[in-house]
Amino acid sequence: MKFDKPAGPNPIDQGKVIGKPTDRIDGRFKTTGTAKYAYERHDVAPHQAYGHVVGSAIAKGRIRSLNLAEARAAPGVVDIVTWQNAGAYGTLPTNPARLLAGPDIQHYHQAIALVVAESFEQARHAASLIRVDYDRADGEFDLAAQAKAAEAGKANAVPPTISKFGDFETAFAQAPVKLDARYTTPDQSHFMMEPHTSVAAWEGDTLHLWTSNQMIGWAADDLSQIFRIPRANIHVSSPYIGGGFGAKLRIKSDAMLAALAARVTGRAVKVALARPQVPNNTVHRPATAQRIQLAAGADGRLLAISHEGASGNLAGGRPENATSQTRLLYAAPHRQTIMRQTLLDLPEGNSMRAPGEAPGLMALEIAMDEMAEKLGLDPVEFRILNDTQVDPQDPSRPFSQRHLVECLKTGADRFGWARRNAKPAQTRDGAWLIGMGVAAGYRGNMITKSAARVRLETDGSLTVETDMTDIGTGSYTILAQTAAEMLGVPLSRVTVKLGDSTFPTSSGSGGQWGANNSTAGLFAACSKLREIVAQKLGLDPALADFADEKVRVGKRSLRLVDAARDGAIVAEDAIEYGDVANKVRVATFAAHFVEAAVHAFTGEVRIRRMLAVCDCGRILNPKAARSQVIGAMTMGVGGALMEDLGVDQRFGYFVHHDFAQYAVPVHADIPHQDVIFLDYPDDKSSPMKAKGVAELGLCGVGAAVVNAVYNATGVRLRDYPMTLDKHLAKLPMIA
Amino acid sequence: MNTLNPLEISRRSLLVGGATSAVLAVAPSVEAQPSPTASVPVIQRISLEVNGQQHNVEVDTRTSLLDLLREKLELTGTKKGCDHGQCGACTILLNGQRINSCLSLAVMHSGDRITTIEGIGTPDKLHPLQAAFVKHDGYQCGYCTSGQICSALGMLGEIKAGVPSHAATDIAASPALTNSELRERMSGNICRCGAYSNIAEAIAEVAGAKA
Amino acid sequence: MKPFSYERVATPAAAAAAFAAHPGARFIAGGTNLLDLMKLQIEQPAHLIDVQDLPFAQIEPTADGGLRIGALVRNTALAADPRVRRDYGVLSKAIVAGASAQLRNKATVGGNLLQRTRCPYFYDTNLPCNKRDPGSGCAAMGGISRIHAVVGTGAACICPFPSDMSVALRVLDAAVETVQTNGTTRSIPIADFHLLPGDTLPVGEFALQPGELITGVVLPPPLGGKHQFHKVRDRASYAFALVSVAAVIQPDGTGRIALGGVGTKPWRSGAADKLIPRGAKAVAARLLENAMPTDLNHYKILLTERTIAAVLAEAKG
Repeated sequence: MKFDKPAGPNPIDQGKVIGKPTDRIDGRFKTTGTAKYAYERHDVAPHQAYGHVVGSAIAKGRIRSLNLAEARAAPGVVDIVTWQNAGAYGTLPTNPARLLAGPDIQHYHQAIALVVAESFEQARHAASLIRVDYDRADGEFDLAAQAKAAEAGKANAVPPTISKFGDFETAFAQAPVKLDARYTTPDQSHFMMEPHTSVAAWEGDTLHLWTSNQMIGWAADDLSQIFRIPRANIHVSSPYIGGGFGAKLRIKSDAMLAALAARVTGRAVKVALARPQVPNNTVHRPATAQRIQLAAGADGRLLAISHEGASGNLAGGRPENATSQTRLLYAAPHRQTIMRQTLLDLPEGNSMRAPGEAPGLMALEIAMDEMAEKLGLDPVEFRILNDTQVDPQDPSRPFSQRHLVECLKTGADRFGWARRNAKPAQTRDGAWLIGMGVAAGYRGNMITKSAARVRLETDGSLTVETDMTDIGTGSYTILAQTAAEMLGVPLSRVTVKLGDSTFPTSSGSGGQWGANNSTAGLFAACSKLREIVAQKLGLDPALADFADEKVRVGKRSLRLVDAARDGAIVAEDAIEYGDVANKVRVATFAAHFVEAAVHAFTGEVRIRRMLAVCDCGRILNPKAARSQVIGAMTMGVGGALMEDLGVDQRFGYFVHHDFAQYAVPVHADIPHQDVIFLDYPDDKSSPMKAKGVAELGLCGVGAAVVNAVYNATGVRLRDYPMTLDKHLAKLPMIA
Repeated sequence: MNTLNPLEISRRSLLVGGATSAVLAVAPSVEAQPSPTASVPVIQRISLEVNGQQHNVEVDTRTSLLDLLREKLELTGTKKGCDHGQCGACTILLNGQRINSCLSLAVMHSGDRITTIEGIGTPDKLHPLQAAFVKHDGYQCGYCTSGQICSALGMLGEIKAGVPSHAATDIAASPALTNSELRERMSGNICRCGAYSNIAEAIAEVAGAKA
Repeated sequence: MKPFSYERVATPAAAAAAFAAHPGARFIAGGTNLLDLMKLQIEQPAHLIDVQDLPFAQIEPTADGGLRIGALVRNTALAADPRVRRDYGVLSKAIVAGASAQLRNKATVGGNLLQRTRCPYFYDTNLPCNKRDPGSGCAAMGGISRIHAVVGTGAACICPFPSDMSVALRVLDAAVETVQTNGTTRSIPIADFHLLPGDTLPVGEFALQPGELITGVVLPPPLGGKHQFHKVRDRASYAFALVSVAAVIQPDGTGRIALGGVGTKPWRSGAADKLIPRGAKAVAARLLENAMPTDLNHYKILLTERTIAAVLAEAKG
C-alpha cells in the first residue's frame, strides 16, 4: 500500500479498539517469568556451550601476541575463537569498530576473543587465563580539546555540517537582548536491563540466531554480509527484548561471536555480555559540547538563533547532532546551526533514545529559560511567543500538526505554573528549596517501509506475523489492536507473532518510528485481507463493514469465519511512503513541567512532581503510550542529575561501567508522574494517523529539571549531569 | 611516592584477559609472569526446595544461586541484569525473604526453600500482584519485572514484620506503606524503562495503600 | 572465578581447623561483597569456609547495659531490633541508608565491617591499583576521583571506605570481638579495626590476622541524645555515600560526630567532637584539617561542613 496522499477516513477512525487504554497482551507472560529472552532459549538447540567475551585491556594499539595455551587447557574449554582462527568473516560498514578485534585494537573492551566452554563458570574462568601482550598507542579521548580545536578550524575533525538562514552575525550583533552560553552533556549509556545476549547455531549452511535485537531486518542483512551467505540462510529470532533504547539497533559482539564460535565448534553457543563490559564493548550516546546564542527584541521575539554542537566518534561513526531541533523549534528570521564531529578513540557512539534532540534540548531549553529571564518574560510565555507553524527556514512547508502552544498552556494550567515565583530561591519547605521548571520537547517523525502478514484462521481468529520487535514499547498489543479494529474481532481473537526474520520485514524499533510504521504496515495487510474476505463472501469490498466478527454490506451480514471455511486466508502487504511528508513538516511536540526540591544545606536534588503534555498524533493505546512517556521522563531525570560514563583521559575508557558506578534513577528518585496526550490524529503521517511518542517523552526533560533547580536555588548549571558538587558552593547561605 | 605510585602508562603492557592485574610500569617479558595452575572445578551435591519442588543436584561450587536456577533448573523467570547485586533483577525469596540470587552461591543453599517468580503465579492464574502489574502497566521490556514482583512480596512481609527503612521519620516507630516508604523500599530494583510510577501504583493497590 | 573447594562449619574451632588446612581460605557468610569480587577475580580464594551456621546470630544485652551483636546477625535484623532502634538509632539509620533491602537481608554485621572499597579502579582489573595489586600504582590519583577519600589518604591509595554501618559504630565507640585460629579472643576498638592505607605497601585495610574471625560487635551502654545519620549520595537510594554524617547530639548541644565517604576509614576526632557546640564549620575544619583533596573531590570539604550543619540543625529542631 502506497501512502501517497493524506489519509482519508478509514476503519481505524472507529476507535473501538484503537485508542483504548488496553492491558498488554504479553503482560501475563512478562509478569510470570514465562516470556523467554534470548539467553533463556534452552529449548531451541541441544548441548548449548557457553561463550565468554574477552575484551581488550587497552584503548588503542595492537596485540603483539596472544597466549591461549593455558586457557585452552582449562577444564571444560571447547575452543577459543579469535580473529586468528575464526575463519572468513566480513566487516560491516555500519560498524566503525569491528565486533571482533585483532590484532589492531580500536577501543577499550573491544572483543578480542570468545572462550567457549561447557559451563558458564568454566568459560568465565578460562577467559582469565588468556595472556595478551599489547603495544599501546596514543589515542585521543578529550572531547573538550577536540571541540575547541574544531571550532578553531583545526584538529582531526571531519568537515562541519553548517546550515545558515538570513544573516545571523549581523542580527545577533545588533540585537538589544542577547545570550551566548556554552553547555556540555556527558557520555551516557543505554544500560537496558538485559545485556546483549545471543544463542547461535548452524544447521548446514543456515545460521539460527536467537538474540536480543531491535531491528531484525538489519540483523539479518548484517549477518548475511558477515558470513557471506544469502539472507534466506539467516534466521534471526527476537520475540522478547529486555530493553534497547538504541543499543540493540545493530548486532553486537555477542551475536557475531556466538555465530562465529558456533561455526568453529559445531555447537550451539550462547553468549551474554557481562554487565561491566556493556558500556565499553558496545555503544553509547556520545558527549556533546554546545554553544547557543540567542538574540531577541525587547518585545521578546527571537531575532537570531545559533546553535553549535560538537561530538566525537571513531572514524566512520555518526555525530550526535545536538543542533537538529534548533532548525525547527522556534521562529527567528536569522539562524544558523553548525555541527562539528571530531575523531575520538573511545568506544563507538551511536543512537540512544532521541539521538541529537535529547542532548540538544538539554542545552537549548536551558538557554530559552535564561533568555526568558533576561527579557523579564515568563518562560512559558516566551516559548509561546516564539512558536512557529511553518518551517522557519522554508516557510512554504507548514507543520502538518503543531500544538506546542496548547501543550504549554494545558501543562501550565494543570501543573499550577501560576504558583511559581519567577524570582529564584524564594520558596522554601523546611530544609528544602523548591522550584518549578518548564521545557519544550521536539522530535521528528520518521517514516519507513514496514510489512506485515495477517492470517484469518479457520476458526475465525487472526494471526499477525511481522519481524517487528517489542522492546517494551507495547508493539504486541498495538498490533493486535490494529488487527482487531480492522477486521472487527475482539482483541482476544488476535495472536501476534513478532521478531522473527522469516516474517515480513517491518520498520523495527528505533527512532520512535516503530508504533506508527509497524501498525501502518499491518493496516496495509489488513486492508488486503478485508478485500479477499469480502470477495470470498461475495460482498463488495468497497462497501464491506467489519464488526462483531461479521462482515456486512447493507442488510447482508455474514460471519467472518465463513470466509475461511476452505482454509486460512493470508494477506501480506507493506506500507510504503510517497512524498506526503515532504511537503510538510511532520513532527511531535511536548511541554515538560518539573517541580524540584534542593536541600538547602547539602544541595541534594529531589524531584517532587512531573508532568508531560504530548502532541504526537493519534494515541493508539494510551496506557502503553503513557508508559513510554513516563519511562522517558525517568531517563530524563537520570540524564539531568546523575548519568555520566566518566572518561579517563589517560587510559581512554569509560570508568563508570557497571550499575553501581553508572547511576540511573531508582524508585526513590521518581515521584508519581502525569502525562496528558492531546491526541490529534495526523493524516499526513500514515493511515494510522499516529506518530512517535517514546523519544518525545525524553526530549526536554533534562532542561526542565535543571530549570526547576535554578528556580529553587538561583544557581544556573550548564554542565550535565547536575550533581550537587556543581552548585554546592554557590547555594544560598545557610543559618 | 614514585615507587608507590609508578603510574606511567607504559607503552607495552602484558595483561591477563581482564582478570588479574594489570598495567605495568615496566615493560615485562611474557615469560616473566608465573602462571597460576588451572585448577579443576569442584562439584558438590546439594538438595533444596524450589517453588515447592525438591531438587537434588550437582553443582560447580562457583555456580551462583541465580545460575543454578536459570541454567541448571531452567527456571529462567529470574533474570540476570548485572550479576553483581547492583540491579535487583535476580531477586528471589529465600525462606520468605527477598535476596539477590546473583550474590549467593548455590552450594550455600542446601536445605533452603526458594520461591521464584514461577512459584508465585502462572499466565492462567496470576497472583494479585502480577495482575496489578498488568493492570497498571507496571513494566515495559519485562526484564526487571520478575525481580520487582518478588521484591514487592518480600517488602510487604518486611513491613508486616516492622522492619524500618530509610524513609522512616521515626526509626523506632512501626512502618506503614506510604508512597515514600514504598519507593525507598523498592529502590533495590532498577527499572531502566522507567516504569516506577506505575509499579508503585500496582503494588500500592494490592497492599491497600495509596500510591 | 577460580575453582575453589567449599565447606560449611558449625563451630569456631572447626572454622580454625579448616583455615589451618587451607591457608589463604576465606570465610563466607552473606557473601554479598566477597562473591561480587570473586566474579571479577579481585578475590581469588582456593577454599571457602562457610561460617553461616556458627552461633553468632544473636543480639544480647551485656553486663554493663550495652549490646552484643553477633557477627552473623543480618543487617536487616540489626536495623529492625527494637533495642537498637530505641537506644542506638544512629546504627539503625546508618544500616537502612546502605545498599538495598535485598542486600541487607543477606549481608551480615561481620561482612559489613569488612566491605572493600568501591573505587572503580580497584574494580577494574585492567587498571593499576595498589590495594588490589601492590606496586602497580594508584590509578585513582589523577583519574576520576570524584568519590574518593580526602582524609586518611596515603601515598599509595586514596580509596574511600564504603560501609555506612561502620560509621555509626565509630560514633558509638563499638568494639569488634574476634577469635584467632589458636582460640585466643580479643576485642578491637572500632577506631583501630579499620586501618589507614599508610605510606607503605601493601596498603592497610583491616586489623585482622590471617584466619581471625569476627564473632561480634559490642556496643557500650546507650548514650541517650538525638541519633542522626545523614547520607548524601548521587541518587536518593541504593548508592554509596559521597559524604555521610553519623551523630549523637545531647540536649546540651554536646555530642559526637563521625564521617563516612570522606575517609579511607570511618572518620572521627575527639577534638572535633569537643567543638560541636561551636557549630559545623569548626567541627568540619577540625575533622578535615589534614585533608588532601583532588580537584574532583574537593567539594567534599564543603559538603561535609554543610551536611554537619544540616545534622546539627535537625538535632535542634
